[in-house]
Amino acid sequence: MTNRSPFLISALAFGFAFLYVPILLLIVFSFNESKLVTVWGGFSFKWYGELFQDEQLLGAAKVSLLIAAMSATLATLLGTMAGLIMARFGRFKGRTLFSGMITAPMVMPEVITGLAILLMFVVLEELTGWPDGRGITTITIAHTTFAMAYVTIVIQSRLSQMDDSVEEAAMDLGARPLKVFFLITLPIIAPALVSGWLLAFTLSLDDLVTTSFAAGPSSSTLPMVVFSSVRLGVTPKINALATILVVLATMAIVVAGYIMHRQEQQRKRAMQRALAEQDAM
Amino acid sequence: MSQQARSLQDQVARTEKGEASDLLKPLIQIEGVTKTFGDFVAVNNVSLTIYQGELFSLLGGSGCGKTTLLRMLAGFETPTSGRILIDGQDMTRVPPYERPVNMMFQSYALFPHMTVEQNVAFGLKQDGMPRDQVRQRVAEMLDLVELGHLGRRKPHELSGGQRQRVALARALAKRPKVLLLDEPLGALDKKLRERTQLELVNIQENLGITFVVVTHDQEEAMTMSTRVAIMNQGRILQVDTPHAMYEYPNTRFVAEFFGSVNIFEGPLLEDEPGHVVIGCPDLSVPIYVGHGISSREGATVYAAVRPEKIALSKEPPADGTYNTSTGVVEDIVYLGGESTYLVRLDSGRLVRADLQNQTRSSEPELTWHDRVHVSWEHSNVVVVTS
Repeated sequence: MTNRSPFLISALAFGFAFLYVPILLLIVFSFNESKLVTVWGGFSFKWYGELFQDEQLLGAAKVSLLIAAMSATLATLLGTMAGLIMARFGRFKGRTLFSGMITAPMVMPEVITGLAILLMFVVLEELTGWPDGRGITTITIAHTTFAMAYVTIVIQSRLSQMDDSVEEAAMDLGARPLKVFFLITLPIIAPALVSGWLLAFTLSLDDLVTTSFAAGPSSSTLPMVVFSSVRLGVTPKINALATILVVLATMAIVVAGYIMHRQEQQRKRAMQRALAEQDAM
Repeated sequence: MSQQARSLQDQVARTEKGEASDLLKPLIQIEGVTKTFGDFVAVNNVSLTIYQGELFSLLGGSGCGKTTLLRMLAGFETPTSGRILIDGQDMTRVPPYERPVNMMFQSYALFPHMTVEQNVAFGLKQDGMPRDQVRQRVAEMLDLVELGHLGRRKPHELSGGQRQRVALARALAKRPKVLLLDEPLGALDKKLRERTQLELVNIQENLGITFVVVTHDQEEAMTMSTRVAIMNQGRILQVDTPHAMYEYPNTRFVAEFFGSVNIFEGPLLEDEPGHVVIGCPDLSVPIYVGHGISSREGATVYAAVRPEKIALSKEPPADGTYNTSTGVVEDIVYLGGESTYLVRLDSGRLVRADLQNQTRSSEPELTWHDRVHVSWEHSNVVVVTS
């Protein structure tokens, strides 16, 4: 039933505006000729050109991508193990405590997480000499800690949806538990691994607070550079950078959506074919 | 049932009595097995012997322990106490991947990321079978279940019936000594189920593999099995051929679970070796039973009469001293081949009688509100004491 009252239509319009007007403004002003961010001075690609000349920004982007890829991979590895324990290990002493502690970083204020991690690194360095100053390694470890919590949730929910008897069937057919995990469980939860990795990747990419605590002098990430340069005054260059990021993210979502849609269609067609064959029998 | 299955039943009976010269080899020996989950006793001191070539059914309602018993045979659960021997070897603590048994799961549990062929080949590859032999065996198994043309499909591209066949082919591919089937037909619709029952029996007889089937459907157990064990609350109540189970139930529960039945409760009045007489307040006359039982006079016993063994007539039966009563037809359920009549006796008790519809006449001989005489032969009553 559709009842498109003026109220619903305006609610829809307002909702969309609330979400997307700021981003649209940002994109529009990235093509601004003028150096003043809020004054329109004509259309230009000038700031995009300048952006690709800016060694500091490009370097920071590289560092960010590297950290995001590494911490996402680590978080996926650890998160999968934690998710597996929560979904498959059954009841064990301290299970509630364990699951609470896994999800705690999600609700913990980031300032506290960051401070705690900084403290740990300082103490560790005094005791063992490692890590030698703070940099990419320490940021990666810090990001892994909180990203892992999200990955665990994703993996755990996928595993608890999965039919246990599929794993039992593999074992029944002669596969040992480790083989069952690699031949059966892992391929089945692969989509959850991918989405967990992507989630961790984006979380790492735009984290600022925790990063600031774990970062050293030579390891500024993109959000740190953007944030500090904005404090000196917003330049249209930042707008250009943000626009590129928005376009990349949109493209990724559109492509992923298209692939998923096509798979779903194929699946439906195959299902219909199977049913038709059964009826014909 | 095939003649082959029938002669196996006879052989099992002779073996159990120890009187056969061609004693059957016990394939599965379950010895005093108990399984508890916390305080809950899922399987309670069960002992059972299953012989080579049998199609054995574990029948019972949900939560009766039949699935737990099957999972202990597969190795997914370890008995709390007792032993399980398969082909003479103690398997109690052997993990599932080292047992000579395979299982077909209720949900089929097909590997969703593999094709039909890869699913069937999985177990063979785990055994390290050479590749060309694997290919040959897979083709053979798929032909057996008539799915040779669908080998490259993924499970989600198959219908429910086709998935069931893939699961069967996969479980049979390793030629296990025993195939365990957990509600193998539960997810199929009625028509497909009836056809698949017969196919399963055919495949079982052709391959000679022992099947142990868990089911809650007594009709399924009756049509397929050489023997049936009825379970309730973790215990086995009776192990018998479907025929013996139906005609000679040993408890009230078995009589009621395996088919429908009219149970008359009353004190034992006369207990002679050749017959017993039971006083039944629901009937106008006592019940006379043509066999002796071992109980004491005065004890409460239950006389069980199957609905199809009850006669309805407008005329009183020739001998009115035993096994009869009068009542009014209250309801008639037409089922095609037969009709079920519900007769309200004068005592208020409802009795069920199934009569064959032998003619096509649209006007039944008996109709609603007819006064009828209910009666049965004394040889058609079974007395159980619990």
